[in-house]
Amino acid sequence: MKHSTFFWFVFPSVLLMIAFIALPIVSVVTQSLYSKHEQVIIVVENCGPFGCTQSTTVDQAATEALRAEEPLGKWAGLDIYKDRNHLAVNEVASAWVNSDGLPDFGRTLMNLPFYSAMAFTLTYTAVVTPLTIMLGFFIAIAVNSVARRLRGPTIFFSLLPMIVTPLVGSLILFWMVDARGILGTGLQWLANDPSLSVKASTPLMWAMLMVYGVWHSAPFAFIVYYAGLQTVNTDTLEAAMIDGASRWERIRYVVIPHLVPLTTFIALIQLMDNFRVFEPIVSFAAAAHATSLSYAIFNDLGGETRLLSSAAATSVLTIIFVAILLSPVLVRTWRDFGTQK
Amino acid sequence: MSVATRRPLSIRFLATSFLMLWLIMAAFPFLWTLWGSFKVEGDFFSKADWANSIFGTLTQVETGGSFTDDGYHGAWVQEEFWRAAFNTAIVCICVVTISLTCGTLAGYALSRSTYRYAFWLLLFALIFRAMPPITLVSGYLLPFFEWNLWGHLSTTIIVLVAINQPFTLWMLHSFFKNIPKDLDESAMVDGCTRFQAFRHVIIPVMWPGVITTGLFSFLLAYNDFAVTSMLLAKENHTMVPKIASFLGTTQTKGNVMFAVAAVVSVTAPLFVMILFFQRQIVSGLTAGAVKG
Repeated sequence: MKHSTFFWFVFPSVLLMIAFIALPIVSVVTQSLYSKHEQVIIVVENCGPFGCTQSTTVDQAATEALRAEEPLGKWAGLDIYKDRNHLAVNEVASAWVNSDGLPDFGRTLMNLPFYSAMAFTLTYTAVVTPLTIMLGFFIAIAVNSVARRLRGPTIFFSLLPMIVTPLVGSLILFWMVDARGILGTGLQWLANDPSLSVKASTPLMWAMLMVYGVWHSAPFAFIVYYAGLQTVNTDTLEAAMIDGASRWERIRYVVIPHLVPLTTFIALIQLMDNFRVFEPIVSFAAAAHATSLSYAIFNDLGGETRLLSSAAATSVLTIIFVAILLSPVLVRTWRDFGTQK
Repeated sequence: MSVATRRPLSIRFLATSFLMLWLIMAAFPFLWTLWGSFKVEGDFFSKADWANSIFGTLTQVETGGSFTDDGYHGAWVQEEFWRAAFNTAIVCICVVTISLTCGTLAGYALSRSTYRYAFWLLLFALIFRAMPPITLVSGYLLPFFEWNLWGHLSTTIIVLVAINQPFTLWMLHSFFKNIPKDLDESAMVDGCTRFQAFRHVIIPVMWPGVITTGLFSFLLAYNDFAVTSMLLAKENHTMVPKIASFLGTTQTKGNVMFAVAAVVSVTAPLFVMILFFQRQIVSGLTAGAVKG
C-alpha cells in the first residue's frame, strides 16, 4: 500500500487517538507539575476608638482573578509527588527510621493513601488473574465433556456476569451479601455470628471484591479456552492413546501445550483489566476498606473541590505502573515481529 | 465421537455437577434481583425470614399484591430514568457508528500495509488499550473546563470513540487479515483505486467482522462509568452514572428499590443482546486469541 493512501485511511483514527489519548497524557503530566494557587490573603487594619486591630481576610476577587488567569496554577515541580497523598517521601523515611521491624513499617505504609491503594490494586491483580484462569479452564473442560445440548445454555448464562455492566453486576452481588440480603444472612448463619457484616470488615471486603473479580472475568477465560479445546487435534490424541498414554498424560502432554499460548493471551488481557479495578469499589462502597489507584483518581476528581493536580500525579504514577507491567509483553511482541520479517 | 475423547461415567458426573454449580453462580444473582425488583424493600432485604423475599409477605401487607411496580414507577417516572435511557441510546448509537467508520478504514489499511510503521501504530494502540480510562479523564477535565466543552453528550461521544479506537483497530485488523489480499488486488488490477477497491470489494464482505466489533464498541459505550460520570453534566447523565447517583443521594426508605429497578432495566437489553448475538460475541472474544 502506498504511503499516502495509508495515511488517508488511518488519518481519522490516528487523529482521534492523538487528540484524546496521547495529548491527555501530556496534559496529565503537565498538570501534575503545577498546584492550585493558594487563596490571596490580605491584612486589613481596623481602627476604632479602642485602638487598631489587624485581621486577615481572603480576597475572593483577587483569588478568582488569579485562578482564572493561570488555570494551571503555580509551578510546583515534583512537590505533589512527594506529598503525603502520593509517594509520601518524608513519612516513609521517618517510618523507616522509627518503626521496629518490617511488619510495623508495613502497617505505617498501609495508612498512607497511595500505598494502601497500590497494595490493594496489586493484591487484586495478583489474586484474581490466576484464579480467573483456573476457574475458566475448569469450566471449559467441564463444558467440553458434557452432552452437546447443554452447551448452548451454558455459554449463554456464563456470558452474563462478564457482559453485564461492571457497576451493575457488582451492585447485584453487593445487595445479596448485604447483612439483610440472602448471601449475607447465609454467611451469618454459616459463621454463627449474627453481627457479621461484609461492609464492616476489611478482610471480608477484600475477599468479596476479589470474588466479584473472578466471577466477572472467569467467563472470558472460559470462552477462550473452550474455543481452544475445539481445535485440539484428535489424531494426536488418538496417536497418544495408541502409544499407551493415560488420560492424565494425554491432557498433560497434548491438551495443555495446545492451550499455553491462549493462557498468555488471557493473562495479558486480565492483567490490563484487573489493574484498573474501579467500579466494584464504587458499588460496594468499599472506600473505607479498600481503594485502588483508579478509585483514588476518581475520588480526587469528583466532589466540590476537584483536586486536579493530585489526580494528575496519581494518574502519572498509574501510567508508569502500567508501562512496567506491560513491558515484557511489548518486548516480546517487538521481537516476534522482528523474526517474522 | 472418537475413542480418545470418550469419558468414563464418573468424570462425566463430576463435570456435570461442577457445571451446574457454576451455572447457579452465574445466573442466580440476576434471577434473584429480577424477582426482588417487584417487591418492596422490606422483602428485597428480608432480615426476618428469607422466605419473605420469595413470597413477598411484606409486599402484600404494604401494597395488597404479591408484586409491585413501585420501584420501576419511581425510577422511570419520578426520578426521570427515561431521560438517562434516552441519553444512553444517543451515546451508544453515535459511538458505534463513528468508531466503526474510523476503525474499518484504519483496520483495513493496517492489514494491507507491509511497512514497519503499521506495526508501530498497532503497538501504540496496544499501549493505549492498557491505559485505565480514568487516568485519561484527569487529563481531559482542565482543558474541557477552559474551552467550555465539559458536560455535553457530544464531547463524551468523541472521547468514548477515541478510547475505543485501539481495541477496534486490533479487532478489525485481525479480521481484515483473513480476507484474502487477492480480492482487492485483483480489483485494483482491473483499474480501481485503493478506495474504490475497498468500497466495492471489501465492504460487501466485511459485515460479519464489523458486526462483532460493533457489539463490543456498543458494550464499551453502554457499560462505561468512569468517563460518563466525570464528563457529563448531571442532566445529561447516561444510565450507569444515574444508577450511581441513586446510591449516593437517595438512601431513604424505598429508594433503594429505585436503584434495583434501574439495575434490572439496564441488564435487560444486555440479556436480549446475548440472546441474539451469542455467536458473534463468542467469536469476537476468541478472535484475538486463536488467530494470534
